[in-house]
Amino acid sequence: MPKFLQSKLPVGRYAYDEVDRAFLAQRVEQFRDQVARRLSGALSEDEFKPLRLMNGLYLQLHAYMLRVAIPYGTLSAEQMRALAHVARRYDRGYGHFTTRQNIQFNWIKLEDTPAILDVLADAQMHAIQTSGNCIRNVTSDQFAGAAQDEVLDPRVHAEILRQWSTLHPEFTFLPRKFKIAISGSAQDRVAARFHDIGLIARMGGKGRPVFEVIVGGGLGRTPIVGVSLRDDLPEEDLIAYLEAVLRVYNEFGRRDNMYKARIKILVQALGREAFLEKVNAEFAAMDRSRYRLPPEVVEAIRARFGAPAFETLPDGAEALAAQCRADRAFAAWVGTNTHPHKQPGYCSLTVSCKPAGGIPGDATAEQMDLLADLADQYSFGELRITHMQNVVLGHVRQDRLFEVWQMLRANGLGTANVGLLTDIIACPGLDYCSLANARSIPIAQKLSARFADTTLQQEIGQLRLNISGCINACGHHHAGNIGILGVDKRGEEAFQITLGGSSGDNASVGQILGSAMSEDETVDAIARIIDVYLVRRTPGERFIETYRRLGAAPFKDAAYATV
Amino acid sequence: MPLFENGQITENGWQLAQEGVALPEGDVLVPLSRLAEGLGRNGAGRLGVVLEPADRVESLREALPRLALVCVTFGSFRDGRAFSQARALREHLGYAGTVRAAGHILPDQYEFLLRCGVSQVEIPQGSDPAVWQAAHTRFTIAYQPSVLDEKPEGMGLRRWLRS
Repeated sequence: MPKFLQSKLPVGRYAYDEVDRAFLAQRVEQFRDQVARRLSGALSEDEFKPLRLMNGLYLQLHAYMLRVAIPYGTLSAEQMRALAHVARRYDRGYGHFTTRQNIQFNWIKLEDTPAILDVLADAQMHAIQTSGNCIRNVTSDQFAGAAQDEVLDPRVHAEILRQWSTLHPEFTFLPRKFKIAISGSAQDRVAARFHDIGLIARMGGKGRPVFEVIVGGGLGRTPIVGVSLRDDLPEEDLIAYLEAVLRVYNEFGRRDNMYKARIKILVQALGREAFLEKVNAEFAAMDRSRYRLPPEVVEAIRARFGAPAFETLPDGAEALAAQCRADRAFAAWVGTNTHPHKQPGYCSLTVSCKPAGGIPGDATAEQMDLLADLADQYSFGELRITHMQNVVLGHVRQDRLFEVWQMLRANGLGTANVGLLTDIIACPGLDYCSLANARSIPIAQKLSARFADTTLQQEIGQLRLNISGCINACGHHHAGNIGILGVDKRGEEAFQITLGGSSGDNASVGQILGSAMSEDETVDAIARIIDVYLVRRTPGERFIETYRRLGAAPFKDAAYATV
Repeated sequence: MPLFENGQITENGWQLAQEGVALPEGDVLVPLSRLAEGLGRNGAGRLGVVLEPADRVESLREALPRLALVCVTFGSFRDGRAFSQARALREHLGYAGTVRAAGHILPDQYEFLLRCGVSQVEIPQGSDPAVWQAAHTRFTIAYQPSVLDEKPEGMGLRRWLRS
């Protein structure tokens, strides 16, 4: 590639070349043909279903929903503008960021989908494998390539896994969906232990990474923390070993009951040792050289990633502290929505898509355009979607934070709540989803409004509150310190509370507190649970720690106390 | 039902063993449970085995040199075990004979079948051969190695599907 083009590589993501573009064009043509065969009746809905799902197209309660892949959650400003265009032209002017760092559009017409895929392909995006029983979008750390605690940027290996898993001939009709997350930091921000495969990279010898491989974690109906198979997987065997795990799963995973079909059930049924034995046997028997991932392949992929051209800056902490002293609202936002950067003078900032009383994860086309502009102006044209349904600008100069914050605030994106109670994860729920038992959005909005006061939220401190509209747990309620699960109680929407979930390196599954309550009762019960925490905590103790120390009893008493 | 192989429709000269009936003369396909009977058969004709999705490929290891065809089956196109069976036949057992795929399969899966080592498919009733023809030439690139050992494209793990 000529030198002048190299500087044009998009920061933080892989740049397609001609071959990638041609591949995508062929796939869009294939889907256009499939849609035509469906519309003509040559394909039955039953036959069309897995094909549309392979292209991220779901049939929901009121319309088709298109889920667009954002590999490892990173996208460029132009890609964000393409998403804004899709929202405006083909949807109702907004999109919804998902817990797999993707975006979904909820009001799509079947006959428009080939044209939408064309728009996406022009922006080097697609919807391949965002649904169906295949390897889904590989997720990664929202602070990849920026975080102070990072060992290596996991996105290069995430891209390698994305490519390897793209229309994999053997693993596209698995027993059930398959989710992989990869972290390049010991500080697990990707919920590695709640994935079918979680990979945690660290540096090995000769400057090449090695991986810990965690398998069989997951949420859904049967929440399970994954088990570690090995912590010394060499980079060159990464593909071979994952092939081995997937082969064992494809052969032995249950297919008689879709609720027992995830790999976590197989791992639990066999036990870690027996499962590992099968994987090792496959790994030993396979033609390892065929699947070898040599360093030169990794470096060739890495060479198609743009890197930010940081300026040499002094540490801006002191000047920032002075600005914070002058403006309490700004100080609150800096306190919650920024993350330390490895480059002096820079930080990562999280744009909250959870305004007070708003719908978690929704963004309007105008907001997407604004975020794209801010990315261009302040963060090397790069954006990330987080699995908490927020947006990150990864590399912002500390001395520009104030002006970025002012622009965000003027556009409804300046909420200072990242990591706090109202930074709620919620699935689309019964407002959209045909599987849901209850609406997730209204209760999220009520909680968001109830706890909107920034001072109150800061007093409560770090707290993860997750809401799912049914036991399929797309809102990750089991992984929330406080989880809310929508259920159907004799034809009425009702909500169960779970407490004690956590998705980090000390992962745990939330436990059900008691019987389900109405929406308003649930909101009140959570307020009383918070009161117990505020009264009973020791100085500096987070909610999850107080819960672990005290157990469920005092919280349960409060939740069900009728005053 | 017609067979599709190398972009061509061909005739199926194989007979399927009928339950409770002695094996016929000629080329015959037997279920795994009748493999020994097939191997002990006198007279001319080639032998093939039909694998059900739950059958272990490994159980063919001994007999494989004497099998001209192994047929993997799809009860439903959603059940992807046959992909792994075909791949294991090629990769683990080094099988060089014909691997056939039969049952409920879609032309949209054709490329996957080929790349797992399937050499011919039994086109399901009512499936338009023209769509299979189109599927045969639709794509030029794949993103991972396969048992076909296609030529590396030069970038990452990409492979040329046709040289």
